[in-house]
Order: sequence, then C-alpha cells, then structure tokens
Amino acid sequence: MRIVAVCGLGIGTSIILKMNAEKALGELGVDATVEAVSVAEIRRSGQDANIILTTPDLAEILVGFTAQIISIEHVFDKQVIKEKLEQALA
Amino acid sequence: MSAFAEGSLAIAVAANNRDEAIIASGQLLVASGRVTPVYVEQMLAAVEEFGPYIVIAPGIALAHARPSEAVLSSGLSLAVLAQPVEFGSHNDPVRLVFGLAAIDHDQHLGVLSALAERLSEPQFVNNLLNASTIEALAALLYLEPAE
Repeated sequence: MRIVAVCGLGIGTSIILKMNAEKALGELGVDATVEAVSVAEIRRSGQDANIILTTPDLAEILVGFTAQIISIEHVFDKQVIKEKLEQALA
Repeated sequence: MSAFAEGSLAIAVAANNRDEAIIASGQLLVASGRVTPVYVEQMLAAVEEFGPYIVIAPGIALAHARPSEAVLSSGLSLAVLAQPVEFGSHNDPVRLVFGLAAIDHDQHLGVLSALAERLSEPQFVNNLLNASTIEALAALLYLEPAE
C-alpha cells in the first residue's frame, strides 16, 4: 500500500496532509505511512501509488494515475480526511 | 527560539488582492532575516504555477516557494490582513497569510506540524484574527516543534 500526499512543492500543504492522514490511519487501525511529495515527483515516480491525497485544484491536474485520488478542501479537517481514507480503503 | 523571528509578524495589513497579500507575508520573511527579496518573487511564481490550493483551510493561506539559495534559514511569518482578500479558492476569503521559508525538505517539519495542530482549533484561529498587538500575536504563536 503506497499512500502519497501531494502539493505543488512537496514541503507545505502536503506535509500537513501527511500528518493528519497518518493520524487518521492510526485511528482506523491501518499500519501505513504517507509520503509527502511535489507534483513533479508524483509525475516522475507515482505510477505505483495506491492512494493520492491532495487538494481539489491539484486533483484536476493529476491525471493519468491508477491511484484513487482523494481531494481534501480543508487540510485541518481530520474527520473528513479519516472518512475519505476509510472509503478509499474499503 | 520561535519559528516566528522578530519582525515576522504584522497585523491590520492592507492588501487589495492575492499578490499583495502574498508579498506582505514574503516581506515579513525578508524583514525577519529568513530569505532574500528574490524569494518573494519565487512565492508569487509558485502560486501562479500551481494555483490557489495554498488556501489550505477557510481563511488561511500558506504561501511559500521551494528551498533555494534565497532561503537563509527555515521559519515562518504571518500577515493578518485588515480586509479579507479573494484568492480564487473554495476556502476564500483569506484573512491569515502565513509565509514559509524552508532551507531543505526536513528542517521546518516540526514547526509546520506544530502550527498545523494549533490551526485545527477554531478558537486559536479566532484569537489570531483578534490579536490587537504584535506582542499578543507573538505570544499566541510561540511554538514548540512537534516530535
């Protein structure tokens, strides 16, 4: 299971997504880590990702991936992140 | 040692649009010695390239560029805007513009995580919006790096 959080440069928004997604996975009892990467990195090495977490406007430009793309509007909303991850993992 | 160095905070900042708001947070990174002025141009280029996703939550923007020679040390800034500004995001309008300077991919993670943890509390966000002095803002933003 490869879960990746994506933002433009891989050092800001994606770090916050990674942090909250890992907490959610812990609560769901899923043993997985989340990588924070940039758009350029996911295009280079993201073909084997299973789940991509990102923001709605970046989700639009991330095309051609087999991964399920989870779009998060509000990166601090841990409840929504948890629900969407749970659906994606089901 | 705060992630918000002296000179990194401002309240009642006048900004008429997205770019002025980003420049305001960038100038605070310059004023607090985190970056050289060219970094502010890189912040504007990043938002042009990737769009308004930097408005990461209702009313809150996190503006930054990539690690480069323009970064002198990792740290944060905050411009509290006098009037809300539209960024073209579903989380508009923006009142809090954080600036982030990262010298590499790792050094800023602790403070960014600590800030994110605090910003998930609505009361904390209200307190930032209502701070009437720089000192009050600085007291709210004293962050211990997470982990």
